[in-house]
Amino acid sequence: MALTRRNFLGWLGAGAAATTAAAVKPAVAASNKHFEGHPDSNAVLHDLVACVGCRRCEAACNKVNDLPEPDQPFADLTVLETKRRTTDKTYTVVNRYDGLRPTGLPVFAKKQCNHCLEPGCASACFVKAFTKTPEGPVIYNPKVCVGCRYCMIACPFEIPAYEYDKAFDPEVVKCTMCHPRIMEGKLPGCVAVCPTEALVFGKRKDLLHTARQRIARRPDLYVDHIYGENEMGGTSWLYLSDVPFEKTGMRMDLGTTPAPALTAGALAAVPMIAALWPVLLGGVYLMSTRRDKEAHKEKEDALKSAREQEQAAAKASLKKASEDAAKAQQKAVEKAVKDALAQAEKKREEEQKAKQQAQEAGQSPDGQGQESEEES
Amino acid sequence: MSSQAVRADRGLITPFNVIAGVIVIMGMVLTAWRFAGGLGAVTNLDNHYPWGLWIGLDLMAGVALAAGGFVTSAAVHVFGMKKYSSAVRPAILTGFLGYALVVIALHYDVGRPWRLPYPFIMSQGTTSLLFEVAACVALYLTVLFLEFSPAAMEWLGLKRARMIVVKLMLLLTIFGVVLSTLHQSSLGALFLIAPGKLHPLWYSSYLPVFFFVSAVVAGLSMVIFESSLTARYFADKMDEAHKQEKTTVAFGFAKAAAFTLVGYFFAKLIGIAVDNNWHYLASGYGAWFLVELLGFVALPAFLFAIGSREKKLGLVKFTAVWTVFGIILNRLNVSLIAFNYHLPASERYFPSWQEIGTSIFLITLGLIAFKFIVTRMPILYSHPDYPDEH
Repeated sequence: MALTRRNFLGWLGAGAAATTAAAVKPAVAASNKHFEGHPDSNAVLHDLVACVGCRRCEAACNKVNDLPEPDQPFADLTVLETKRRTTDKTYTVVNRYDGLRPTGLPVFAKKQCNHCLEPGCASACFVKAFTKTPEGPVIYNPKVCVGCRYCMIACPFEIPAYEYDKAFDPEVVKCTMCHPRIMEGKLPGCVAVCPTEALVFGKRKDLLHTARQRIARRPDLYVDHIYGENEMGGTSWLYLSDVPFEKTGMRMDLGTTPAPALTAGALAAVPMIAALWPVLLGGVYLMSTRRDKEAHKEKEDALKSAREQEQAAAKASLKKASEDAAKAQQKAVEKAVKDALAQAEKKREEEQKAKQQAQEAGQSPDGQGQESEEES
Repeated sequence: MSSQAVRADRGLITPFNVIAGVIVIMGMVLTAWRFAGGLGAVTNLDNHYPWGLWIGLDLMAGVALAAGGFVTSAAVHVFGMKKYSSAVRPAILTGFLGYALVVIALHYDVGRPWRLPYPFIMSQGTTSLLFEVAACVALYLTVLFLEFSPAAMEWLGLKRARMIVVKLMLLLTIFGVVLSTLHQSSLGALFLIAPGKLHPLWYSSYLPVFFFVSAVVAGLSMVIFESSLTARYFADKMDEAHKQEKTTVAFGFAKAAAFTLVGYFFAKLIGIAVDNNWHYLASGYGAWFLVELLGFVALPAFLFAIGSREKKLGLVKFTAVWTVFGIILNRLNVSLIAFNYHLPASERYFPSWQEIGTSIFLITLGLIAFKFIVTRMPILYSHPDYPDEH
C-alpha cells in the first residue's frame, strides 16, 4: 500500500473521529439527569434476617402464575441443598447459605426479578418487549418478542429465562411482580403468603424509609446497606441482610450506573458517524481523485516538456547537420573550383609546352639530332 | 486438491462434492431437528448462556471476517488505490456471502425467526444496540448485494441495469463503509451492557473501537487468505491481470494489516490502562488474554511487516490465516470464553455437536455458493464486454 500523506491524513481523521465517539460515553453517563423511579411506584422489601426458608413464596408464585408442577414438592426442603436460579418454570427461588451466622443458623435469600428502575432488559430489547410500568413492575410483551435473548445477556441479576424447549412459541420468562394482581389492588403472590414478613410490599419511598429504620434500630445486626437502593441505578426489590450480601449470591460489584447509561455513549456515536463519515469519505475520495488528476497532469506536462526538449534537440542537431552539410558543400565547391583551376592551369601549361615544342620543332626540323644531343 | 476444482466441471462425483453433499444432508437433518424440536433439542444453550456458538462464531466472527468487502472497496473506490481493483469483486462476493450466512444463522438462533422483521415493522426498540446492528446488517446486506450485482448482470447480459449500478458504485461504497463502521463497532458495544458478566480484561468502554479496528484487520487478512485460496483452486478462472495483481494485493494488504494491528495492539493496552486492569494479567484469564494479545495481535503485526517488507508471500499467507484465527478467538473470548467468567466450571457452556454441525453446514453452504458463482460469473477475470471494469 502506498501510504501517501493524504491517505495517512484520511485515516488519522477516521481514527480521531472514532476515538471521540467512544469518549462520548462518560459525558452522557455524567449528565445531570438522574431518574429516581416513577413517583409512588411500588416495591418489595426482602429482609433476609426474617426469612426462614419455608419456600411458601415459591409455592404461591407457582400457583398465582399457573406455572407447571415442580419435580419435587415445595414442602421438600432438600431442594435447598443446591443453588438454584430462576428458570422458565420458576419465577422465584429461595437459596440457603450455611455457615454465615455465628449462631450457625442458615441464611435464606429469595431471588426473582428485581424490577430495575431503568431496566437493562428493556434498554436492550430491539422490539420494546419490556416496559417499566409506573406501578413498579417490569413487564414483558410476548406478542412482539423475536427471541434474540439479548435481554438475558443484559440482565445483571441473571433473571430472565427462556423456553428453549418450545419450538414454535418460545417466550422469555420472568417474575412480573404480579402486575395483574397489583392492578387489582392485591399483593404479589409471594408477599401475600410470607408468614414472617420477610417480604413487605409498599411504595418504594416508604420501604426505603422502613429499611433505614430497621438498620438504625439494630445497627449491630444489619449490614449498613440497602441492596437495590442504588445497585444498577436502583431496583424495585430491596434487600436487608445481617450477613455480607455477596455471600448470599448478590453481587456487590455491579455499580450504580443504570444499564441504559452503559450503552448510551455507543448509541450517541451512531448518528455522528452516520453524519460525518460520508463527509470524511467524500473528502478522501475528492482528495484521491484530485491527486490522481494532478499526477496525470504532471505526467502530461512532463511528457510535453520532454517532447519539446526532444524537438529542440532535434532542431539543433538538424541545424548543425545542415550547417555541416553546407560547410562540406562549400568545401567541395572550393575544392572543385581549385581542382578545376589547377586542371585548367595544368592544361594551359601543357598547351604552352606543346606550343613551345611545336615552335622548337619548327626552328630545327631534325628533332632527332636534338634528342641525341641531349643523350650525350 | 488443485485438480479438484478442474475436475468438478467434468463430473458430479468429486471429493469436494461428496464431502459437501454429506455435510449438506447432515445440515438439512439438523435444520429439521432445530425447527421441529426447538433450540433446546439441539443446543447446549441455557439461561446463563443465551448466546452460544451460533452467535459467537457465526454472527460475531462471521461479520468481522466479512469485512473484506468494505475494506477493499473503500481502498479502491474511495482511497483511489486502483492497483487493488482486481481484489474488489472477490472481496465483495466473500462479504456478501458472509453476511447472507450471518442472516441465515440468525434464523436458526432466534426463537421466532419469522418475526425477524419485527424490529422494523412492528415495534422499534431504538434504545437497543441490537436494533442498530439489525438495521445496519439488513441495509448492508442490500448494499453488498448491489455492489455484487454487476458481476451477475454481466453474466446475465443485463447491460443497462449494470450501467446504473456501476454509476452508483462510489455512493454504495461510502454507504457500505458507514454501515460497516456502525455495526462492526456496535457488535462490540452489545456487550457494554454487561460489565458484570464479561471479564474486565475484555470489557472496556472502547469495545466498539476494538471491534471496528479488529474487523478491518480481519477483512484485510481474509482478502489475502481468500485470494490465496482462489489462486490455488480457481487458477483456471483467473485472467492475467488478476494473476499479476494477486501478489501486489497480498503485500499491500499485509502492510496495511501490520499497521492496523499495531494500532489495535496499543488500543488494547490503553483499554487496560484506562480501567487500571493490569493486575488481572497475573491471573489465569490474564495468561489467556496475553495469548490473544501477544500471540494473535503483536505476533501477526510483526510477521505481516516482515512478510510485506521482505516480499515473502508464504509468510504473508500464513500470517493472514493466523490473524483470522486470532479474530475468531477474540470474538469467542468476548461472547463465550470470558463471558460469565464468574460462573463455576460446571455451569459453563460448551457447544453441542449439533451446534458445531450446523455452523459447519452453514460455512459449507457459503463455499458451495462461492464456487458456483466464481465458476460462472466474472469475479476473477474481467468480462470481455466490460474490460474497463477491473
